[in-house]
Amino acid sequence: MVENRLFMLILAIIVSIPLNASAVEPSEILQNPQLELRARNLSQNIRCLVCQNQSIDDSNASLARDLRKIVREQLVSGASDSEIYEFLIARYGDFILLRPPVKATTYILWYGPLFIFFAGLSLSVLFLIRRKRVLPEEPLSPKEQEELSSLISGKEEG
Amino acid sequence: MRKLIYLGPLLFFIITAVYFALPILKGKDPRILPSAMIEKNIPDLNLPPLLETKQGIDKQALMGEIQLVNFFSSWCGPCRTEHDFLMRINKSEIIPIYGINYKDKQNAAKAWLLDLGDPYERIGRDIDGRTAIDWGVYGVPETYLIDKHGRIQYRHVGPLSESIFKEKISPVIKALRKQTNG
Repeated sequence: MVENRLFMLILAIIVSIPLNASAVEPSEILQNPQLELRARNLSQNIRCLVCQNQSIDDSNASLARDLRKIVREQLVSGASDSEIYEFLIARYGDFILLRPPVKATTYILWYGPLFIFFAGLSLSVLFLIRRKRVLPEEPLSPKEQEELSSLISGKEEG
Repeated sequence: MRKLIYLGPLLFFIITAVYFALPILKGKDPRILPSAMIEKNIPDLNLPPLLETKQGIDKQALMGEIQLVNFFSSWCGPCRTEHDFLMRINKSEIIPIYGINYKDKQNAAKAWLLDLGDPYERIGRDIDGRTAIDWGVYGVPETYLIDKHGRIQYRHVGPLSESIFKEKISPVIKALRKQTNG
Protein backbone atom coordinates (compact mmCIF):
# COMPACT_ATOMS: atom_id res chain seq x y z
CA MET A 1 0.00 0.00 0.00
CA VAL A 2 2.71 2.45 1.02
CA GLU A 3 4.77 1.49 -1.97
CA ASN A 4 1.81 2.02 -4.22
CA ARG A 5 1.32 5.52 -2.87
CA LEU A 6 4.97 6.34 -3.25
CA PHE A 7 4.81 5.17 -6.83
CA MET A 8 1.79 7.37 -7.51
CA LEU A 9 3.52 10.35 -5.90
CA ILE A 10 6.62 9.90 -8.02
CA LEU A 11 4.47 9.46 -11.09
CA ALA A 12 2.55 12.65 -10.29
CA ILE A 13 5.77 14.59 -9.90
CA ILE A 14 7.20 13.27 -13.14
CA VAL A 15 4.01 14.01 -15.04
CA SER A 16 3.82 17.54 -13.72
CA ILE A 17 7.33 18.46 -14.86
CA PRO A 18 6.79 20.50 -18.01
CA LEU A 19 8.68 18.97 -20.83
CA ASN A 20 10.93 21.44 -22.54
CA ALA A 21 8.93 21.51 -25.73
CA SER A 22 10.86 23.46 -28.29
CA ALA A 23 10.31 23.49 -32.00
CA VAL A 24 14.02 23.60 -32.78
CA GLU A 25 14.82 20.80 -35.18
CA PRO A 26 17.99 18.76 -34.80
CA SER A 27 19.32 20.02 -38.12
CA GLU A 28 19.07 23.60 -36.92
CA ILE A 29 21.16 23.14 -33.79
CA LEU A 30 24.55 24.79 -33.88
CA GLN A 31 27.75 22.88 -33.26
CA ASN A 32 28.98 25.42 -30.76
CA PRO A 33 26.97 24.84 -27.55
CA GLN A 34 27.55 28.39 -26.31
CA LEU A 35 26.18 29.92 -29.49
CA GLU A 36 23.30 27.47 -29.45
CA LEU A 37 22.45 28.53 -25.91
CA ARG A 38 22.48 32.19 -26.96
CA ALA A 39 20.32 31.29 -29.96
CA ARG A 40 17.81 29.56 -27.70
CA ASN A 41 17.71 32.49 -25.28
CA LEU A 42 17.22 34.97 -28.11
CA SER A 43 14.58 32.84 -29.79
CA GLN A 44 12.57 32.65 -26.59
CA ASN A 45 12.16 36.42 -26.66
CA ILE A 46 11.30 36.65 -30.35
CA ARG A 47 7.66 36.51 -31.24
CA CYS A 48 6.45 34.25 -33.97
CA LEU A 49 4.38 36.66 -36.04
CA VAL A 50 2.24 33.89 -37.42
CA CYS A 51 1.10 32.52 -34.07
CA GLN A 52 1.73 35.79 -32.23
CA ASN A 53 1.67 34.52 -28.67
CA GLN A 54 4.35 31.91 -29.19
CA SER A 55 8.04 32.53 -29.41
CA ILE A 56 9.89 31.37 -32.48
CA ASP A 57 11.54 28.84 -30.18
CA ASP A 58 8.13 27.24 -29.55
CA SER A 59 6.55 27.64 -32.92
CA ASN A 60 6.85 25.27 -35.83
CA ALA A 61 5.48 27.81 -38.31
CA SER A 62 7.67 28.10 -41.37
CA LEU A 63 8.37 31.78 -40.72
CA ALA A 64 9.51 30.89 -37.19
CA ARG A 65 11.90 28.33 -38.60
CA ASP A 66 13.29 30.88 -41.06
CA LEU A 67 13.76 33.40 -38.25
CA ARG A 68 15.50 30.79 -36.07
CA LYS A 69 17.86 30.10 -38.95
CA ILE A 70 18.57 33.79 -39.39
CA VAL A 71 19.26 34.20 -35.67
CA ARG A 72 21.72 31.31 -35.78
CA GLU A 73 23.40 32.48 -38.98
CA GLN A 74 23.95 35.90 -37.53
CA LEU A 75 25.30 34.46 -34.28
CA VAL A 76 27.76 32.35 -36.21
CA SER A 77 28.89 35.39 -38.16
CA GLY A 78 29.61 37.12 -34.88
CA ALA A 79 26.58 39.38 -34.37
CA SER A 80 25.77 40.57 -30.86
CA ASP A 81 22.37 39.93 -29.29
CA SER A 82 21.33 43.55 -29.68
CA GLU A 83 22.37 43.57 -33.33
CA ILE A 84 20.10 40.62 -33.97
CA TYR A 85 17.22 42.30 -32.16
CA GLU A 86 17.79 45.47 -34.16
CA PHE A 87 17.78 43.51 -37.41
CA LEU A 88 14.39 42.05 -36.54
CA ILE A 89 12.89 45.27 -35.15
CA ALA A 90 13.83 47.13 -38.34
CA ARG A 91 11.69 44.66 -40.27
CA TYR A 92 8.87 43.79 -37.95
CA GLY A 93 8.77 46.54 -35.32
CA ASP A 94 8.95 46.24 -31.54
CA PHE A 95 6.06 43.78 -31.61
CA ILE A 96 8.49 41.04 -32.55
CA LEU A 97 9.96 41.21 -29.05
CA LEU A 98 7.93 39.32 -26.49
CA ARG A 99 9.40 41.61 -23.84
CA PRO A 100 8.57 45.14 -24.95
CA PRO A 101 11.46 47.62 -24.76
CA VAL A 102 11.34 50.37 -22.13
CA LYS A 103 10.82 53.64 -23.98
CA ALA A 104 8.58 56.69 -23.91
CA THR A 105 5.63 54.92 -25.52
CA THR A 106 5.83 51.97 -23.13
CA TYR A 107 6.36 53.83 -19.86
CA ILE A 108 2.71 53.33 -18.92
CA LEU A 109 3.04 49.63 -19.63
CA TRP A 110 6.19 49.22 -17.56
CA TYR A 111 5.65 51.72 -14.76
CA GLY A 112 1.83 51.96 -14.73
CA PRO A 113 1.31 49.02 -12.35
CA LEU A 114 4.07 50.28 -10.08
CA PHE A 115 2.47 53.73 -10.07
CA ILE A 116 -0.95 52.31 -9.26
CA PHE A 117 0.55 50.19 -6.49
CA PHE A 118 2.24 53.15 -4.82
CA ALA A 119 -0.77 55.37 -5.33
CA GLY A 120 -2.93 52.74 -3.63
CA LEU A 121 -0.36 52.23 -0.89
CA SER A 122 -0.08 55.93 -0.09
CA LEU A 123 -3.84 56.37 -0.13
CA SER A 124 -4.22 53.45 2.27
CA VAL A 125 -1.52 54.80 4.57
CA LEU A 126 -3.14 58.23 4.51
CA PHE A 127 -6.48 56.66 5.32
CA LEU A 128 -5.05 54.67 8.22
CA ILE A 129 -3.20 57.67 9.68
CA ARG A 130 -6.36 59.76 9.53
CA ARG A 131 -8.33 57.04 11.25
CA LYS A 132 -5.85 56.93 14.11
CA ARG A 133 -6.44 60.57 14.77
CA VAL A 134 -10.02 59.91 15.93
CA LEU A 135 -9.99 60.86 19.62
CA PRO A 136 -9.92 58.03 22.16
CA GLU A 137 -13.19 57.57 23.97
CA GLU A 138 -13.34 59.60 27.12
CA PRO A 139 -14.91 58.07 30.19
CA LEU A 140 -18.36 59.36 30.96
CA SER A 141 -18.57 62.39 33.20
CA PRO A 142 -20.37 61.86 36.52
CA LYS A 143 -23.36 63.69 35.17
CA GLU A 144 -23.57 61.49 32.11
CA GLN A 145 -23.16 58.43 34.29
CA GLU A 146 -26.08 59.53 36.38
CA GLU A 147 -28.24 60.09 33.30
CA LEU A 148 -27.33 56.72 31.94
CA SER A 149 -28.18 54.87 35.10
CA SER A 150 -31.44 56.72 35.38
CA LEU A 151 -32.27 55.72 31.82
CA ILE A 152 -31.41 52.12 32.47
CA SER A 153 -33.38 51.95 35.70
CA GLY A 154 -36.27 53.77 34.02
CA LYS A 155 -36.30 51.10 31.35
CA GLU A 156 -36.34 48.35 33.92
CA GLU A 157 -39.27 49.92 35.61
CA GLY A 158 -41.18 50.33 32.41
CA MET B 1 -17.23 67.86 -2.52
CA ARG B 2 -14.88 65.52 -0.70
CA LYS B 3 -17.00 62.57 -1.68
CA LEU B 4 -16.16 63.20 -5.31
CA ILE B 5 -12.82 61.58 -4.65
CA TYR B 6 -14.60 58.22 -4.48
CA LEU B 7 -15.58 58.67 -8.12
CA GLY B 8 -11.88 58.40 -9.02
CA PRO B 9 -11.74 54.62 -9.40
CA LEU B 10 -14.98 54.64 -11.35
CA LEU B 11 -13.60 57.28 -13.68
CA PHE B 12 -10.40 55.30 -14.06
CA PHE B 13 -12.41 52.21 -14.90
CA ILE B 14 -14.51 54.03 -17.49
CA ILE B 15 -11.47 55.49 -19.23
CA THR B 16 -9.73 52.11 -19.36
CA ALA B 17 -12.89 50.36 -20.52
CA VAL B 18 -13.41 52.85 -23.34
CA TYR B 19 -9.75 52.55 -24.32
CA PHE B 20 -10.04 48.79 -24.66
CA ALA B 21 -13.55 48.72 -26.07
CA LEU B 22 -12.95 51.13 -28.94
CA PRO B 23 -10.74 48.86 -31.07
CA ILE B 24 -13.13 45.97 -30.49
CA LEU B 25 -16.17 48.01 -31.50
CA LYS B 26 -14.34 49.34 -34.54
CA GLY B 27 -13.68 45.76 -35.58
CA LYS B 28 -9.91 46.21 -35.60
CA ASP B 29 -8.09 42.91 -35.97
CA PRO B 30 -5.29 42.93 -33.41
CA ARG B 31 -3.43 40.25 -35.34
CA ILE B 32 -2.74 42.68 -38.15
CA LEU B 33 0.46 44.46 -37.31
CA PRO B 34 1.44 47.97 -38.19
CA SER B 35 4.32 47.79 -40.60
CA ALA B 36 7.71 48.89 -39.39
CA MET B 37 8.59 49.53 -43.03
CA ILE B 38 6.23 52.41 -43.83
CA GLU B 39 8.10 55.42 -45.23
CA LYS B 40 11.24 53.34 -45.46
CA ASN B 41 13.11 52.54 -48.64
CA ILE B 42 12.54 49.14 -50.10
CA PRO B 43 15.25 46.72 -49.08
CA ASP B 44 17.85 45.46 -51.50
CA LEU B 45 16.69 42.50 -53.48
CA ASN B 46 17.68 40.51 -56.47
CA LEU B 47 15.28 37.76 -57.36
CA PRO B 48 15.51 35.30 -60.24
CA PRO B 49 12.62 35.22 -62.70
CA LEU B 50 9.78 32.75 -62.34
CA LEU B 51 8.96 32.67 -66.04
CA GLU B 52 11.28 32.55 -69.03
CA THR B 53 9.24 35.30 -70.65
CA LYS B 54 9.42 37.82 -67.83
CA GLN B 55 12.36 39.32 -65.99
CA GLY B 56 13.03 38.78 -62.33
CA ILE B 57 13.01 41.64 -59.85
CA ASP B 58 15.83 43.77 -58.53
CA LYS B 59 15.67 47.01 -56.60
CA GLN B 60 16.05 49.09 -59.73
CA ALA B 61 12.97 47.51 -61.28
CA LEU B 62 10.83 48.71 -58.40
CA MET B 63 11.95 52.34 -58.59
CA GLY B 64 10.62 55.13 -60.75
CA GLU B 65 6.88 54.71 -60.63
CA ILE B 66 4.07 54.14 -58.19
CA GLN B 67 3.37 50.43 -58.04
CA LEU B 68 2.18 47.48 -56.03
CA VAL B 69 4.39 44.65 -54.88
CA ASN B 70 2.42 41.52 -54.14
CA PHE B 71 3.81 38.53 -52.24
CA PHE B 72 2.00 35.40 -53.30
CA SER B 73 2.26 31.65 -53.35
CA SER B 74 0.47 28.90 -55.17
CA TRP B 75 0.04 27.03 -51.87
CA CYS B 76 -1.71 29.94 -50.22
CA GLY B 77 -5.49 29.88 -50.13
CA PRO B 78 -6.16 33.59 -49.63
CA CYS B 79 -3.88 34.32 -52.60
CA ARG B 80 -6.37 32.52 -54.78
CA THR B 81 -9.12 34.70 -53.32
CA GLU B 82 -7.38 37.93 -54.30
CA HIS B 83 -6.06 36.76 -57.64
CA ASP B 84 -9.19 37.63 -59.56
CA PHE B 85 -9.02 41.19 -58.27
CA LEU B 86 -5.33 41.45 -59.19
CA MET B 87 -6.28 40.39 -62.71
CA ARG B 88 -8.84 43.19 -62.83
CA ILE B 89 -6.30 45.78 -61.65
CA ASN B 90 -3.98 44.59 -64.37
CA LYS B 91 -6.70 44.81 -66.99
CA SER B 92 -7.79 48.30 -65.97
CA GLU B 93 -4.16 49.46 -65.82
CA ILE B 94 -4.74 51.41 -62.62
CA ILE B 95 -1.33 50.52 -61.27
CA PRO B 96 1.38 48.03 -62.24
CA ILE B 97 1.77 45.00 -59.99
CA TYR B 98 5.06 43.27 -59.35
CA GLY B 99 4.85 39.73 -58.04
CA ILE B 100 7.14 38.08 -55.54
CA ASN B 101 6.59 34.37 -55.48
CA TYR B 102 7.16 33.37 -51.87
CA LYS B 103 8.68 29.97 -51.03
CA ASP B 104 7.02 28.19 -53.88
CA LYS B 105 7.84 25.40 -56.28
CA GLN B 106 8.56 26.83 -59.69
CA ASN B 107 6.31 24.39 -61.50
CA ALA B 108 3.44 24.88 -59.09
CA ALA B 109 3.68 28.65 -59.43
CA LYS B 110 3.82 28.46 -63.21
CA ALA B 111 0.81 26.17 -63.33
CA TRP B 112 -1.07 28.54 -61.03
CA LEU B 113 -0.44 31.50 -63.34
CA LEU B 114 -1.39 29.46 -66.38
CA ASP B 115 -4.58 28.44 -64.66
CA LEU B 116 -5.64 31.76 -63.14
CA GLY B 117 -3.87 34.27 -65.36
CA ASP B 118 -0.81 36.41 -64.81
CA PRO B 119 -1.45 39.94 -63.51
CA TYR B 120 2.21 40.81 -62.92
CA GLU B 121 4.64 43.07 -64.75
CA ARG B 122 7.52 41.03 -63.49
CA ILE B 123 7.80 38.10 -61.14
CA GLY B 124 10.73 37.27 -58.90
CA ARG B 125 11.20 34.07 -56.96
CA ASP B 126 11.86 34.40 -53.25
CA ILE B 127 12.94 30.81 -52.86
CA ASP B 128 14.10 30.81 -49.24
CA GLY B 129 11.78 33.56 -48.03
CA ARG B 130 14.62 35.90 -47.05
CA THR B 131 13.41 38.77 -49.21
CA ALA B 132 10.01 38.51 -47.56
CA ILE B 133 11.62 38.76 -44.14
CA ASP B 134 13.52 41.86 -45.28
CA TRP B 135 10.18 43.40 -46.15
CA GLY B 136 8.61 42.41 -42.85
CA VAL B 137 6.24 39.91 -44.44
CA TYR B 138 4.74 37.46 -41.97
CA GLY B 139 2.22 35.67 -44.10
CA VAL B 140 1.21 35.67 -47.74
CA PRO B 141 -0.56 37.37 -49.34
CA GLU B 142 0.80 40.79 -48.50
CA THR B 143 0.75 43.81 -50.77
CA TYR B 144 2.93 46.89 -50.60
CA LEU B 145 2.38 50.23 -52.26
CA ILE B 146 5.61 51.86 -53.35
CA ASP B 147 6.13 55.43 -54.48
CA LYS B 148 8.35 56.41 -57.37
CA HIS B 149 11.33 56.95 -55.05
CA GLY B 150 11.12 53.35 -53.93
CA ARG B 151 9.66 54.11 -50.51
CA ILE B 152 7.00 51.89 -49.00
CA GLN B 153 3.83 53.93 -48.53
CA TYR B 154 1.23 51.38 -47.57
CA ARG B 155 1.06 47.74 -46.69
CA HIS B 156 -1.91 45.44 -46.70
CA VAL B 157 -1.84 42.07 -44.96
CA GLY B 158 -4.21 39.45 -46.32
CA PRO B 159 -6.10 39.18 -49.58
CA LEU B 160 -6.83 42.36 -51.51
CA SER B 161 -10.36 43.10 -52.55
CA GLU B 162 -12.05 45.86 -54.42
CA SER B 163 -13.44 47.45 -51.24
CA ILE B 164 -10.07 47.38 -49.47
CA PHE B 165 -8.40 48.77 -52.54
CA LYS B 166 -10.93 51.60 -52.85
CA GLU B 167 -10.90 52.46 -49.18
CA LYS B 168 -7.26 52.10 -48.27
CA ILE B 169 -5.00 52.01 -51.27
CA SER B 170 -6.67 54.22 -53.86
CA PRO B 171 -6.56 57.37 -51.68
CA VAL B 172 -2.83 56.89 -51.09
CA ILE B 173 -2.22 56.38 -54.81
CA LYS B 174 -4.19 59.53 -55.60
CA ALA B 175 -2.28 61.55 -53.01
CA LEU B 176 1.03 60.28 -54.39
CA ARG B 177 0.06 61.10 -57.97
CA LYS B 178 -1.00 64.58 -56.87
CA GLN B 179 2.39 65.15 -55.27
CA THR B 180 4.08 64.05 -58.44
CA ASN B 181 2.08 66.39 -60.64
CA GLY B 182 2.16 69.35 -58.28
